[in-house]
Amino acid sequence: MTKDECRQVVLDIIADIAPDEDLSNVKPDVRLRDQLQLDSMDFLDIVMELRKRHGIEVPEADYLQLASLDSSAEYLTPKFVALGK
Amino acid sequence: MNSASHYDVAIIGAGMSGLAAGIRLAHFGRKVCVFERHNAPGGLNSFYSLAGRRYDVGLHAMTNFVRPGVKGTPLGKLLRQLRIDRDEFALCEQRQSRVAFGPHGETALCFSNDFALLEGEVAQKFPAQIDGFRRLVAAVRAYDDVSLDAPAESARAVVRRHITEPLLEDMLFCPVMYYGSATEHDMEFGQFVIMFKALYLEGFARPFDGVRVIIRVLLEKFRAAGGERRMKCGVRRIAARDGRAIALTLDDGSEVTADHVLSSIGAPETESLISTQSKIQNPKLEISVGALSFVETITVLDCQPAALGWGSDTIIFFNDSPRFHYARSEEQVDTRSGVICIPNNFDYGPGRVLPEGIFRCTCLASYERWAHLPDATYRADKLRWYAAIQRSAQRYLPPIPAAPGGPPGTFTRATLATDMFTPRTITKFTGHLGGAIYGSPVKNRQGRTVLANLYLCGTDQGFLGIVGAMLSGISMANYHILQKG
Repeated sequence: MTKDECRQVVLDIIADIAPDEDLSNVKPDVRLRDQLQLDSMDFLDIVMELRKRHGIEVPEADYLQLASLDSSAEYLTPKFVALGK
Repeated sequence: MNSASHYDVAIIGAGMSGLAAGIRLAHFGRKVCVFERHNAPGGLNSFYSLAGRRYDVGLHAMTNFVRPGVKGTPLGKLLRQLRIDRDEFALCEQRQSRVAFGPHGETALCFSNDFALLEGEVAQKFPAQIDGFRRLVAAVRAYDDVSLDAPAESARAVVRRHITEPLLEDMLFCPVMYYGSATEHDMEFGQFVIMFKALYLEGFARPFDGVRVIIRVLLEKFRAAGGERRMKCGVRRIAARDGRAIALTLDDGSEVTADHVLSSIGAPETESLISTQSKIQNPKLEISVGALSFVETITVLDCQPAALGWGSDTIIFFNDSPRFHYARSEEQVDTRSGVICIPNNFDYGPGRVLPEGIFRCTCLASYERWAHLPDATYRADKLRWYAAIQRSAQRYLPPIPAAPGGPPGTFTRATLATDMFTPRTITKFTGHLGGAIYGSPVKNRQGRTVLANLYLCGTDQGFLGIVGAMLSGISMANYHILQKG
């Protein structure tokens, strides 16, 4: 899995949990909270969908790593690779 | 352990909160089953058929309505959390509602899904109060109403810091209390905020086919996510050991086990199911049964209410007395105040009208004075109070015009069918003690009980209205089960 693909994984999840958000211009280096209306319930869902769809565990202490698409890719890509994806 | 009868989560009650919790849990892979004693889902917001007609019970309107694109509100959170497309609810907006006070509604405040209408009405009818009203609205907007650990404060006390005219205070409280307060005379400010936003800052809407549309969407999501549901099979006992729920005995006598139990049936009702060898001593968790119950009459008309001159109001909250008394009724029914709902008066789109006229009235009622009557007296009292309620409510609507060349118009001539529920009906079908629709006056935001793996959701957790009920189920499923991994 490349970092680009990893960004897309997160975007796909956001598209499903927040279908009322426009995701066409999400800037990868800007905090998701600052450009989309996502609250703590939505972030919990991103974490749980990562576990459900991809078997990736994000412990609560690491939630901040999902702040932006770029930071998510940095944090998640090694986890995908470790799973052989 | 028999895996066929073991669940990750057992949910008691297939109302709005139980189903919403079930959807969340099933979606994230939990093995979950909802146990419902009644044959119909929906709980306090259900539906039934009588003599070939379909009736809604409970729901006048779905509160918390916001238009597409408005974000960060309870409706949006609910749709996201349950993966529901807002078109599935097919919500149609109210026309206009009214708070009418005085023996004939001499002082009225109209409101709609545009908050500017209410603000303008307050400015016009209570010019000296408008600055205070705006400060109150700012305080409501700033309040964190989804916090699970906010301190309790009297809503009357907070409102009086901003509004000094008792009539306006009562008029603002009347709809807020009728649509959700389990407390007499006053309510907790957090609860007031939830309802103020739900009614005035957001608004009313309804699916054309009523509450069954919403319940059907929930059932379908739950089924698709893999949830199990057992109807006509309530939970009659929760066996406990070492501070944990260890097994549930069902109405049919069989037993199931679950890692977690989520109960939507109310705090005292849940407590009464727990059986332990040693009685748990915890005076702080002593739970009281709610004092507030209601009657509701439904009248089916052979015409659209607009034909009687009743086409403009969706919901009317009325009170004829100098002060508004929201308290346990002394008589069987307190007809001094009430709520009128005319489901025809939602905007269903051009040419789309409900097939018959419907006129619903809700008043405060005494559970004790209805609960133990012999059947013949019960039926006679229903007829008597039905008539008294109609007389009281019709003071707040325009008089019915005479047909051309005919005798003066009357409501009775247009009546095709009537039905009425009482506090006794509520307890019979929902199991809520004391007919208390809004449950215990003591709310338990974190949903904890005397047992570590038994949690409350729904009415007694304290998020109000049907959107609140669903959010309650979602929040408790997230907080106690999903977040724990």
